[in-house]
Amino acid sequence: MKIRLLAGLLALGLGTAACGGATVGDSPSSAPAAAGSSAASAGTVKIAINPWVGYEASANVVAYLLKNELHYDVEMPEIKEQLAWEGFETGDVDVIIENWGHPDLKKQYIEEKKVAVEAGSTGNKGVIGWYIPKWMADEHPDITDYKNLNKYADMFKTSESGDKGQLLFGDPSYVSNEEALIKNLKLNFKVVVGGSEAALIKSAQQAQEQKKPLLFYFWDPHWLFSKTELVRVKLPAYTEGCDADPKKVACDYPEMDLDKIVSKKFADTGGKAYELVKNFNWTNEDQNSVSNDMTNNGMTGEEAAKKWVEANTAKWQAWIPK
Amino acid sequence: MSTTAVSTPSRLRLPRWAAPAGIAVLFVVAYLVFRGTATLPHDKEAPQFLAVTGLREWIDDHRNDNPIFLYFLNYIRLFVGQLYDLFEVVLYALGWPGITGVLGALGWLAGGRRLALLAVASVSAFGVLGLWEPSVDTLALVAVAVLLSLAIGIPLGVWAGLSPRARRVITPVLDVMQIMPTFAYLAPLALFFHIGAPAGAIATMIYSIPPAIRITALAVSQVSPTAVEASTSLGATRAQTLFKVYLPLARPTMALAVNQTIMMALSMVVIANLISAPGLGGDIIRGLSRAQVGIMLPAGVAVVIMAVLLDRMTMAVSKRGPHARPGRFDWAAAGVLAVAGLALIPVLPKTWPENLTVNVVSEINDAVRWAENNWYAVTTFVKDVTTEGLLNPLQTLFTSAPWWLVALAVLLLAWRVSGVRPALTALGCLLAILLLGIWHHTMQTLTTVVIAVLVTLVIGLLLGVAAARSPRYSAVQRPILDAAQTMPAFVYLLPALALFGTTRFTAIFASVIYAVPPVVRLVEDGIKGVPPTVVEAAASAGSTSGQLLWKVQLPMARRAILLAANQGIVMTLAMVVVGGLVGAGALGYDVVVGFSQRADFGMGFIAGIATVLLGVMLDRITQGADRRPSPRRRRLTS
Repeated sequence: MKIRLLAGLLALGLGTAACGGATVGDSPSSAPAAAGSSAASAGTVKIAINPWVGYEASANVVAYLLKNELHYDVEMPEIKEQLAWEGFETGDVDVIIENWGHPDLKKQYIEEKKVAVEAGSTGNKGVIGWYIPKWMADEHPDITDYKNLNKYADMFKTSESGDKGQLLFGDPSYVSNEEALIKNLKLNFKVVVGGSEAALIKSAQQAQEQKKPLLFYFWDPHWLFSKTELVRVKLPAYTEGCDADPKKVACDYPEMDLDKIVSKKFADTGGKAYELVKNFNWTNEDQNSVSNDMTNNGMTGEEAAKKWVEANTAKWQAWIPK
Repeated sequence: MSTTAVSTPSRLRLPRWAAPAGIAVLFVVAYLVFRGTATLPHDKEAPQFLAVTGLREWIDDHRNDNPIFLYFLNYIRLFVGQLYDLFEVVLYALGWPGITGVLGALGWLAGGRRLALLAVASVSAFGVLGLWEPSVDTLALVAVAVLLSLAIGIPLGVWAGLSPRARRVITPVLDVMQIMPTFAYLAPLALFFHIGAPAGAIATMIYSIPPAIRITALAVSQVSPTAVEASTSLGATRAQTLFKVYLPLARPTMALAVNQTIMMALSMVVIANLISAPGLGGDIIRGLSRAQVGIMLPAGVAVVIMAVLLDRMTMAVSKRGPHARPGRFDWAAAGVLAVAGLALIPVLPKTWPENLTVNVVSEINDAVRWAENNWYAVTTFVKDVTTEGLLNPLQTLFTSAPWWLVALAVLLLAWRVSGVRPALTALGCLLAILLLGIWHHTMQTLTTVVIAVLVTLVIGLLLGVAAARSPRYSAVQRPILDAAQTMPAFVYLLPALALFGTTRFTAIFASVIYAVPPVVRLVEDGIKGVPPTVVEAAASAGSTSGQLLWKVQLPMARRAILLAANQGIVMTLAMVVVGGLVGAGALGYDVVVGFSQRADFGMGFIAGIATVLLGVMLDRITQGADRRPSPRRRRLTS
């Protein structure tokens, strides 16, 4: 009997998907997503969540406004940076709220596949770099130049890096030139993956408090800079196109204008929700205050977003479509 | 070369350990001489990796215009996706009153009042934990995967049960499928079925099919031949014999197949989240990537609750005799429950009311932070001593030894323990890893596995021997082992992560606690299985209890202990690879990176294959004991 039922379902499935063959875009998973929603909902918006708190801050504020001002349902699936772009194609993702560059993905998904579109800047300026705690720069002023890093490599040894210095990295999905930089700048260092933003923060705080040497990958905007004094290590200056070939990168990260990417479908049919996402624009300070509340003041994303929204009415009023 | 060297001294009647010791010395000398030569350092841009990455790019570009995808693979994806959506819609439409009522009714039918109560309590627990929606998503995903697994697995199992020839074809395939660590499935699936719920359901399904087939085949082949004979001699057609004799008689055991399929599916749904399948896995991965045990623990608890509930329900069905049916009272009670639940759908809110949830995230995080700060000295000491004293030297040994020396060692070891054919298979696997260009990371993973297995075996032997010698201790330990074996693997990552942060040691710790329970059980059973007459004879000959253990019980339980080692290795490998999520590095980490960085997809894909090869290799080395039974064989024998 089970088999008969299954056969019926199979026939149904094949029947609905016309005879022209099935494309991934036919993905059904977007259709009944509103199943769990209340009757008054204007629709469902899926904002991908990437694993760093600044991203979550932006996503939570936008989600809060979508829910409470425009009465949308919001889903926030945990999908890593590059996978989220694939989600545009399968219908699992509508919005990436904070995109760090990714020119290759833009070319592939926006220009070639035409399943995504840009939705403007978030107003945040993002820059990735290598950092050390300030006490190290005070004790060894020349350590902030990459040319002298090898001289100090011994200080950075750990049980995970063996006989090389350790360069602590974050989540495996983060934008990264670290391997190439170490190779091309001939540094006697090894990338050790901490696995998460939290691991980076914890190590940075320990390095400051217990005066432990640490060289780590980090980025601005981040609330940590207002709590712990960090100094950036100078890598060869960024010039236009020096990071074109990922294997030959030997220069620092550029300052990036962080932007929003949405699926083509959402841009076409998202209505007011799309307008709100497009209008969303705030400063690094705004984001840091929300992410600080989320990390250090024990608030959930929703609570932190609510607090910011209540204190900054004028700012978000401008984003709400008329 | 080393074999010729040992044949001469054997004539001099040296003690038995001389040959192995001689070979060992030769290996040490060879290592010291050739150290650092013929090593194969890891190259992220190996042509093999780039080829696979290129293939993926090609597939990505042609997913919607290549006929294989257009007319075949995408249909499968679409069908599974629609099935998932169907379940999701139905479950969400039922809302929590409906789901509670229906599951309560099913629980009552399966095992009476107590199970009904358990079902209601469990479903409420999902809500109380604040995880209503992800729990329902997970339930839908498990339902789809289990339904499809059974739809495919039961017919295959029946076929394998009836035809020995079919069984001979299917068994080795199942063997490999069961050694394969869960992680290895993901990359190929993402390649062919993209990401999202359908791909997640298919991944889960592939993982949960083997027990469905295996146990069904067992159930059918165990049906008494007299019953079959009687049926055919009365002139029943083959179909009649199948449906009226085989299947009803095999039903209790087949309920076990359902049980095992569900358990396997539940342990996979979390990992399926790595390819963006929805559900509780999302919270676990979220917690992992923020290093917050507080986010993971409630989700982990929810999965365990779901596992326990479904386990108890299906076990209750399988324990009933073939003719037992629920009485009229049971039907009435179940009916009342279901109707009450359904009737309440319009009245109560569909999702769990938020003011009834208990949010313990920050409390758990605080507790973990407390443990971290207060036990920091001890945990760091343990971690550093193990890493510096054991892990790093062994890793240096494996990675700096010439590849041919490692291959030779594997060949001889497998030969000695398991015989010629397994040895050749093991060697073949190792050479394939070599050709795939991922030697260095494989050696690193091997290091972690070897250490984890050694620790597991030491602990397992101690606890197993203790349990075998003291029935009272065994009675305390057994229920704990039972519970531990019901839990999905990743649950063990949580305490490990809380105590040790993200390092290779974390993965070792997690895999040890994952693999110890079955090892303890096998050792205990092995020692208890030593015939009492033998023990009696030894005791009356004046053996002390220590002599009894070392000279009689342990040697006679050798097979069981080898089997325990084999099980321990397979389970440890699976866990060490999952440990890529918590800093284990090497192959497991390559797989994780393969999902998150497009440029490294090929490396992740190949790392997945290498994991499988490593698993087969380790399995063949230790296979000498017996044909490998399924990891949950105890349920069949108990």
